[in-house]
Amino acid sequence: MHTTWIIARREFGRYFATPAAYAVAFLFLLVLGILFYANIEASAMRSFMMPGYAPGVEIIINPMTTLLVFIVPVLTMRLLAEEQRSGTIELLLTAPVRDAAIVVGKWLGSFLFVAVLILLTLLYPLALNQLVQPGIDWGQVASGFTGLLLMAAALTALGTAISALFSNQIAAAIASLAVFLALWLIGYPASAGGGASSVWQYLDFSSHFFNTLARGIFDTRDIIYYLSVTALGLFLGTVILEMRRWR
Amino acid sequence: MAEAVIQVQNLTKTYGPRVAIDRLNFQAHKGEILGFLGPNGAGKTTTMRILTAYMPPTAGQARIAGFDVVDESLEVRKRVGYLPERVPLYDDLSVLDYLLFMGKLRGVPDVDARAWEVLERVGLAERADSFVASLSKGMRQRLGLAQAILHQPEVLILDEPTIGLDPTQVVEVRDLIREIGSEHTVLLSTHILAEAQQLCDRVLIINQGRIVAEDSPRNLQARLQGGQRIFVAVRGEVGQPLLQKLRSLEGVRLVETPAPDRLEIIAAEGQEVRPQIARTVLESGHDLLEIRLAEMTLEEIFLQLVGDNAPAAKGAAEAPHTEEA
Repeated sequence: MHTTWIIARREFGRYFATPAAYAVAFLFLLVLGILFYANIEASAMRSFMMPGYAPGVEIIINPMTTLLVFIVPVLTMRLLAEEQRSGTIELLLTAPVRDAAIVVGKWLGSFLFVAVLILLTLLYPLALNQLVQPGIDWGQVASGFTGLLLMAAALTALGTAISALFSNQIAAAIASLAVFLALWLIGYPASAGGGASSVWQYLDFSSHFFNTLARGIFDTRDIIYYLSVTALGLFLGTVILEMRRWR
Repeated sequence: MAEAVIQVQNLTKTYGPRVAIDRLNFQAHKGEILGFLGPNGAGKTTTMRILTAYMPPTAGQARIAGFDVVDESLEVRKRVGYLPERVPLYDDLSVLDYLLFMGKLRGVPDVDARAWEVLERVGLAERADSFVASLSKGMRQRLGLAQAILHQPEVLILDEPTIGLDPTQVVEVRDLIREIGSEHTVLLSTHILAEAQQLCDRVLIINQGRIVAEDSPRNLQARLQGGQRIFVAVRGEVGQPLLQKLRSLEGVRLVETPAPDRLEIIAAEGQEVRPQIARTVLESGHDLLEIRLAEMTLEEIFLQLVGDNAPAAKGAAEAPHTEEA
């Protein structure tokens, strides 16, 4: 939709206008760079003791998932909370734009920014490919990065919805982080056994990634899981925005 | 007369147990500037938010250009320009980019040309490249107004449009509103009574969620004032003989001396007594410095209508003196 795209473009552009977004991007890439370096060094030691060992692309993909959980709240906290704090929400809600278009536009803007960050890190697999013999598994790179993008879509959608609940950005960030961590860790008690464990395991955010996509396996169930979480987040965000009107 | 552009019927909004507006009924026609007058917290902003489809009413109906604000809210939003009390601006954009964003969002055709046109009109063209964050309060207000008229709406809803402006800017903004009001329907809220008096074809006085009076400023004055009130200034002190003579004039109800050289005379309803007063003063050997009809200001009307049951009304009525100064 046209209005969705206008809002998305504005939101995407806004990240490049604020120092905070640059700081987050810098931090993301810096931490990843340090971890990459440390992993390469550790792998070099290991291959010294176990000839033939070579690190896979998981040394890049796995830390990125954890980083996403921490940076997405900072990138989505502002989306609707700031509009509500500054009163500009009145502008959006009285423009001929559907509530869903506002929420989807906001989400799309933030998702595209995170996607750019993720795609920038494709440099690491390229570098790693030079370092190991006989090169890395590009199928795993494809599935891993697809998984990261799906995960980013789901997290930014939830972050957008949570941002709609608050008019204080920091509160929105903390709430988002709490929700993300809960989703992340929900599988752990389940793996200890118990009756409802399979349900919990299905809901677990990380297992859909680490068991399949991170290993080079495309499984429709995981893709559907992340897309459903994304849709749920966008739906909840719209409902929350509509509820604001009725209060 | 053609169908009203704004039609409000029994409009009610409650926040929990608190009644913000209570069964409001009014209309506004094309080319009319309707003033919405009342103390802070009277329900002006609530009404405006309902009319702009920002939030739905609890009960009652409102239609803009024939479209219902709840059921056909997108149609309403296309036709309304709105300047909220807190001017909604994005500080991280330039003045021009802000208007372009709003214009695109509203689907304004040929948005570039239109944005420049509007910037010229509100006098911000030379600041087009400045960041919104760097604008003064008056400029922010004018940019807010620019945003509201950008899509040439049929109805313009302005919540306290001149608040925080300096006197020159107030005059500019009022001229702008008057100009726009000749083509569009304008609903503006204010607690500056002089503003309503200058700008509006008709005022609604609202207090505690209810409309307490509705008329043109002139008619309201006539209705509430009764007889003429006349101020007279003379050179030197007013002597007892003059007072006696004035009191005995036909059509004079009351004569008072607020200062030794001043007279305040109230005439009976429908009587023109100024010629007789002037003659009497001169005949009694006084120099006449001034004789003037004191019209009842909206301030006084307002206080009379709102009465003592609204402590906020006092503050609101006093405000113009400080803000207009």
